[in-house]
Amino acid sequence: MDFTQLTFSAALPEYILAVMALVLVLTAAFERQSESGAHGHMKLVRSLSLFSYFAAFLAVLGLPDGTVFLYNDLFALTPFAAYMKALILIGAFFASWLVSEQWGEGIDRAEFHLLVLMAVLGMLLMVSANNLISLYMALELQSLPLYVVAAMRTNALKSSEAGLKYFLLGALSSGLLLYGASLIYGFSGSTDFSAIAAALQTGPSAGLVVGMVFLISGLAFKISAAPFHMWTPDVYEGAPTPVTALFAIVPKVAAMTLLMNVTYHSFGPATAQWSQIIVALSAASMIVGATGAIMQTNIKRMLAYSSIAHMGYALAGLASGTAAGTTAVIIYMTTYVFMGAAAFGVIMTIRRDGSPVERISDLAGLSSAHPLLSATMMIVMFSMAGIPPLAGFFGKWYVFLAAVDAGFVPLAVIGVLTSVVGAFYYLRIIRLMYFQDADSPFDRGASHHNRLVMLISVSVIVLFFFGIGKLAEHAGWIVSVSF
Amino acid sequence: MISSWPLLSVITFLPLTGVLFLMLIRGSEESLAANARLVSLWVSGFTFFLSLYLYFGFDSSLSGYQFEERADWITGAGISYHLGVDGISMPFLLLSTFLTPLAILASWKSITHRVRDYMIAFLVLEVMMVGMFVSLDMLMFYLFFEGVLIPMFLIIGVWGGAERVYAAFKFFLYTLLGSVLMLVCMLVMYHMAGTTDIPVLADFSFAPALQFWLFLGFFASFAVKVPMWPVHTWLPDAHVQAPTAGSMILAGVLLKMGGYGFLRFSLPMFPDASSFFAPFIFGLSVIAVIYTSLVALAQSDMKKLIAYSSVAHMGFVTIGIFTLTEQGIAGAMFQMISHGLVSAALFFCVGVVYDRLHTREISAYGGVVDAMPRYASFFMFMMLASVGLPGTSGFVGEMLVLVGAWEASHIVAVLAATGLILGACYMLWLYRRVIFGRAEKPEILELTGLDRREVLIFVPLSLLVLWFGIYPAVLLDIMAYSVSDILGQVGASVSAQTALR
Repeated sequence: MDFTQLTFSAALPEYILAVMALVLVLTAAFERQSESGAHGHMKLVRSLSLFSYFAAFLAVLGLPDGTVFLYNDLFALTPFAAYMKALILIGAFFASWLVSEQWGEGIDRAEFHLLVLMAVLGMLLMVSANNLISLYMALELQSLPLYVVAAMRTNALKSSEAGLKYFLLGALSSGLLLYGASLIYGFSGSTDFSAIAAALQTGPSAGLVVGMVFLISGLAFKISAAPFHMWTPDVYEGAPTPVTALFAIVPKVAAMTLLMNVTYHSFGPATAQWSQIIVALSAASMIVGATGAIMQTNIKRMLAYSSIAHMGYALAGLASGTAAGTTAVIIYMTTYVFMGAAAFGVIMTIRRDGSPVERISDLAGLSSAHPLLSATMMIVMFSMAGIPPLAGFFGKWYVFLAAVDAGFVPLAVIGVLTSVVGAFYYLRIIRLMYFQDADSPFDRGASHHNRLVMLISVSVIVLFFFGIGKLAEHAGWIVSVSF
Repeated sequence: MISSWPLLSVITFLPLTGVLFLMLIRGSEESLAANARLVSLWVSGFTFFLSLYLYFGFDSSLSGYQFEERADWITGAGISYHLGVDGISMPFLLLSTFLTPLAILASWKSITHRVRDYMIAFLVLEVMMVGMFVSLDMLMFYLFFEGVLIPMFLIIGVWGGAERVYAAFKFFLYTLLGSVLMLVCMLVMYHMAGTTDIPVLADFSFAPALQFWLFLGFFASFAVKVPMWPVHTWLPDAHVQAPTAGSMILAGVLLKMGGYGFLRFSLPMFPDASSFFAPFIFGLSVIAVIYTSLVALAQSDMKKLIAYSSVAHMGFVTIGIFTLTEQGIAGAMFQMISHGLVSAALFFCVGVVYDRLHTREISAYGGVVDAMPRYASFFMFMMLASVGLPGTSGFVGEMLVLVGAWEASHIVAVLAATGLILGACYMLWLYRRVIFGRAEKPEILELTGLDRREVLIFVPLSLLVLWFGIYPAVLLDIMAYSVSDILGQVGASVSAQTALR
């Protein structure tokens, strides 16, 4: 196998998405002129984007097993990156599947699917970034389309606010990240991850550590870890619901992967230093996420806080700085994608008075109107609360195990205590659905095409204990060859 | 042929076939309800039948685990699918599978809405209870131990009384808070020992200083479950709000999970800490016995009174376990099984009249004996068993615990014995106010007597209580070896410590 062929096959998923993005641009441009049935037009665009995720997913499955460096080491394809790419593509497929052709909220345009596709392409690049420059490029490719889709509901003030807030804070975080990157480059003399690691071998200099702190802070924005979480609730609330679903399911997987790659590959010799930062981020996120969600009345805001807490738990695994910790994060992010997909599958299926549910109290009495939907939501809520034998429990088991292994017992104690606080607001949703009656009827004939996403996700959540052995083994293998 | 089956797995997961069936059936509300009741009764009945088969195959002259099953689960990590029963878990397994069909029968008429969902919750609950008692892997144990919360939360919250939301939340969060602390300890133990296999962990000696913390973590979970004073406050709420069958299972089986946990984990794995903390637990238990008995005296709600009496009776159990004597532990085991039967029957007694008059206020009754003579006699028998009349199972358990307690500490035995007197006071007083006296209210005289279904529930419970009371050896023999095994593990470690000093 010669060089170009290897490069081509290793980057095939990205090529597919890039080409499909061009196809979508053309489709959007030419179909617009015909003006014949916007409905059919959206259907075509949506199918095309679904097809590209599916094709890219198949391409990921066919990726080589070992580590491949691409484009002068700008990108590194490891089995770990491949796994996370598969996860991202599954999440993107789910998130796009959930958007019906006539959703409303200003996103019934070809540009929506196009922008999401570009963002997903950025995420795939983030996952395999192996250099500070490719890292920044991929990160911006991911962020810019997301700023736009967050503000797509042009007639709603909240959506514009969300987009603006997201953009400004995102720009700030990019600034932090760039500043950190330039410090690191200045003190290590290279932007390559392995060269930075080599420079750190001789003992971390103050400049490198400061640069590392800035870089990690910039990435913490992207995964919405406290205290860099401020944008999350507002953006989740303001953005159109399908965009919120996308935010909740996909980008954090990419950002978490990037954070793991950066910390392990480039800051590996300085584990003692970055681990402290991650511990603080983790504890703060768990506490902010759990306590912030209690008083929320908007379900999207509540899930925003819930995702902050989830990132805190995942970071507890990362903080350990061990192979067990990385394995734990892989397992945690896997459960996270499916829980998010199932939760938004339910939220995006229910409508009241023609608009999607926003308030938590809108869920009241769901169990008598839609028993299957409410059962799905109940399972997701119990799983997010970490109640065994559902998937969420195993995620927590592994991250806390990693934390205990690394000697962070207090972090694990904070984690389990905040998970009890968290259980309170998850139970509140179950209470509304099951213990109360509906005050106004749900819309009849709610869309049914979300069933596929819910069925797959709930099956994964409920039957997770069957596969956990295999998954843990696989994740352990991934970590052993990738890090 | 049947002997080659993985019998424990079959018993544990058999109710899931019922769940699957109930999920698939369709029909009108009424036919669905009727089918759901029958299916769940048959499935749980058959599960009981299988567990009887297990009981007859169980050799009580062997120590260690029997009917062991092991399969790969999380390979290479020391976590496996490991089931087995010994003399400690066998009686609880039988208790769970025995009470579930009775509880389903008890909710035959009182549950009228969403019957299918109710039965699904009950069958899932049975899976979790049985699974917890037969798990020989710590992670599996935790899965089932916590999994119990899901169906029970729904049973209280959906089919409970007026304050059900508060009660369900309190039950769930209280128990979860205790359990997550246990989870951290389990993680530490797994980290130390590299396996979650319970028999291996029982032989693993943790450093005494670490045992101290591990014991406290497990104690947080089991003390809430038992429940011990002062973390018992969820119990009266949960009991009062839960439907009758929910209370039966809650008092009959779920409370025993705490005692079982002490016997399976705390004693064998943290022997030094167990003997260190024994006086502390005696203190809490004696307070529980006396204080909650006094509280029970002041109750005007029947279910609440029985709930408080449960706390007092479980106080005997914790005293018995931590006497670390053969009589004490056997007595605690006996008391748990006896209390499982008696309290389930007592909650059903309340349920029977509640179904008719829709009130649990003691003052609303009086003179019930005139209208329901058979009910009055069953109630009396169970009330006396609860008080600990010789000839009933209640006597044997309390007697053995007191003998054990006398060996451990005279003062504890004396104080616990006062609890017996108080117990007689509140139970007899309850009985007098509900059953005797002149029936002044017209609705009391119009009460209908027990129907066949209700008698069918009372008879097996009464027979067992009587049988265990007259011939306690049937139960004591099963657990004798396992009890001395546990004591061996505790004693070996403690004597090693004294030798070192």
